[in-house]
Amino acid sequence: MALQPRLDQLVAASDVLLTCGSGGVGKTTIAASVAAAAAAELDAKVLVLTVDPARRLATAMGLERFGNRETRVPDDAFRAAGVEPRGQLWAAMLDTKASWDDLVRRHAPDAASRDAILANPLYRNITATFTQSHDYIAMERLHELHASGRYDLIVVDTPPSRNAIDFLDAPARMAEFFSSRLLRWLIAPARSKLVNLASKPFYVVADRLLGATFLTDIAEFFLLFQSMYRGFVERARAVERTLRDPRTSFVVVTTLEAAPAQEAAFFCEELGRRSLSLGALVFNRTLPAVLDDRAAKRLADRYRRRPDDAAAELAAALDADGRSRGARNGFDPATAAHVLREVGQCFTDYGMLAARETELAVRLSRLAPLGVFVPHLDHDVASLEHVLEVGRVLWSP
Amino acid sequence: MRLIDHRLLFVTGKGGVGKTTVSAALARCAVAEGKRVLVCEVDAKGALATAFESAPVGFDPVEIEPGLHLMAMDTEASLREYLKLHLRIPLKGRIGPLANVFDFVATAAPGVKEILTVGKFAYEVRERHFDLVVVDAVASGHVVGQLSAPRAIGELVKVGLIRTQADWMNDILSNPETTAAVLVCTAEEMPVAETLELREAITTRTDVQVAAIIVNRVLPELFNRTEQALFDRLARSGGWQRTLVAEHGPEALAVLEVAELATSLRRSRTVHLDRLRAGAGDLPLLYLPFLFARGHGARAVHLLAEALADELG
Repeated sequence: MALQPRLDQLVAASDVLLTCGSGGVGKTTIAASVAAAAAAELDAKVLVLTVDPARRLATAMGLERFGNRETRVPDDAFRAAGVEPRGQLWAAMLDTKASWDDLVRRHAPDAASRDAILANPLYRNITATFTQSHDYIAMERLHELHASGRYDLIVVDTPPSRNAIDFLDAPARMAEFFSSRLLRWLIAPARSKLVNLASKPFYVVADRLLGATFLTDIAEFFLLFQSMYRGFVERARAVERTLRDPRTSFVVVTTLEAAPAQEAAFFCEELGRRSLSLGALVFNRTLPAVLDDRAAKRLADRYRRRPDDAAAELAAALDADGRSRGARNGFDPATAAHVLREVGQCFTDYGMLAARETELAVRLSRLAPLGVFVPHLDHDVASLEHVLEVGRVLWSP
Repeated sequence: MRLIDHRLLFVTGKGGVGKTTVSAALARCAVAEGKRVLVCEVDAKGALATAFESAPVGFDPVEIEPGLHLMAMDTEASLREYLKLHLRIPLKGRIGPLANVFDFVATAAPGVKEILTVGKFAYEVRERHFDLVVVDAVASGHVVGQLSAPRAIGELVKVGLIRTQADWMNDILSNPETTAAVLVCTAEEMPVAETLELREAITTRTDVQVAAIIVNRVLPELFNRTEQALFDRLARSGGWQRTLVAEHGPEALAVLEVAELATSLRRSRTVHLDRLRAGAGDLPLLYLPFLFARGHGARAVHLLAEALADELG
């Protein structure tokens, strides 16, 4: 038996799949397609969790909107797309703010601290603007959903990180932050009086930069936040365990363009470096293999260089046919020559792109145990039917 | 007013639309007119150096060819420069514990980190070190935070030096003759949606003016209506397809199939482009062609700069 890995087997063997890749490569679509295909093909309860703020997935799934709550994609939506699902498909969107609030409610030692934290302007600022708060909260939600045991498979569309790898560090960074000596050091004097600190050189600088009031505000905020320290650190470690679980795999999505491919390569290497499991590389929106066909290339070249000859040949042939059926009506050789030249040029242009794509695919394929190609569709992925169409390609290429 | 006649340009847009290459092309256009230009990368991935095929750069601008300077933002270095300039605290080497405290503070009040980024550019503009500063800014989600930093600081920090600094920075950012945001977009569903949202967010939440949308990677139009009709009859069975195959072999179908893919790719983009035009209102749109031969690197920057020069007039 040949041991060739396949995506359907990877999916069947996984509890958690995380898609990652740089912006604009179709990560959200691939996550939805893997989940939809799994729900269609396996007798499994599948959840797709997305953080994409554009909410496109919701539309594609035929759901009006889905917030932090998990919503089931109706079987009728599958049937409308001509598929009788074996399992169930659920979808949820990550609401960063709501998830942070939940987290605070869970870990706050008492009602007073909880309310004080939720009302603190710095807290609101952090959860709304702190770049990495998406990253952490997405992983936290994943852990929570996974631990709940409500799903056979969870597919996560990871946040569009500035650096694609950031979210992997988020749990560790969060734990580190809360257990940092710096934090404790800065908070401790706040308990007595900040004045004690006034002699420290850094404080002099910070004070001149920001003003003492602001610094006191910060210290007070972190003092409150630190009351949740133990809970947070434990959670962050648990989240990290989920990511390292052998049944958790990463699917790196990329188009075969230079910049996204470079990101994808970087991502594959980073996963390896962290001993995290890279399941597959998905090459999205690839050009058709026919662009590499020799005879077609030759013909395209001819159309490009001598379009008039090619058009004249067709005109003559149509004339010969046409004696019986008048087939040549509407065939203007000058227009035909222009069309053939454009067609030839187009084939040559896209052929060049395809050659670059192939070269990139060959290089990237070395980095992953499995590479899957998803061709360019001649339409946008905007409905469950389209999502399932991509899903079928992924499932059995 | 032409884009490159501003003093400070923030180039932003959804990830993957070609912000860096467009930033580089804008800079090249300005350099070609004899301007002294600084291009800066904000997220320090090294993409800008790749675009110019130069060695990696750091916080100190490097003149990679006459008039063209490159730098990469580094908030710690920016803090160090800031402290030296404004507090007269000389700091040698790494600032160690201070950087930790700074990280800590920046975590609590994101405006602080952002203002050191934006502040550096505003400073370069104020000091007139360059005719034009082009910022290869962060993607949609975060750029609003950066551009609104002076305003946010104003709300969070009531006193102190940073507060004072925020005010003059805002004077530079809010002057439409000096500063502009440029949104890079491709004619695809998500980039168009995000571009329109971003324009709204920048307009309402920051004092920076959005000056133009650059539509990148525009696919060529293959046929006019008459040509399309003829092409369709060639490609369809029942039309002239049989004659075509008889004359030019089965590979003719493959060649036509690719043209069909190209046409449908272009057509699906037209829908998004129409939506962009409708949403953009009176905001100027500039178009840059899809580059088949080279997608990135110095050659792509060169070709796009030429196309951009035509568009800028």
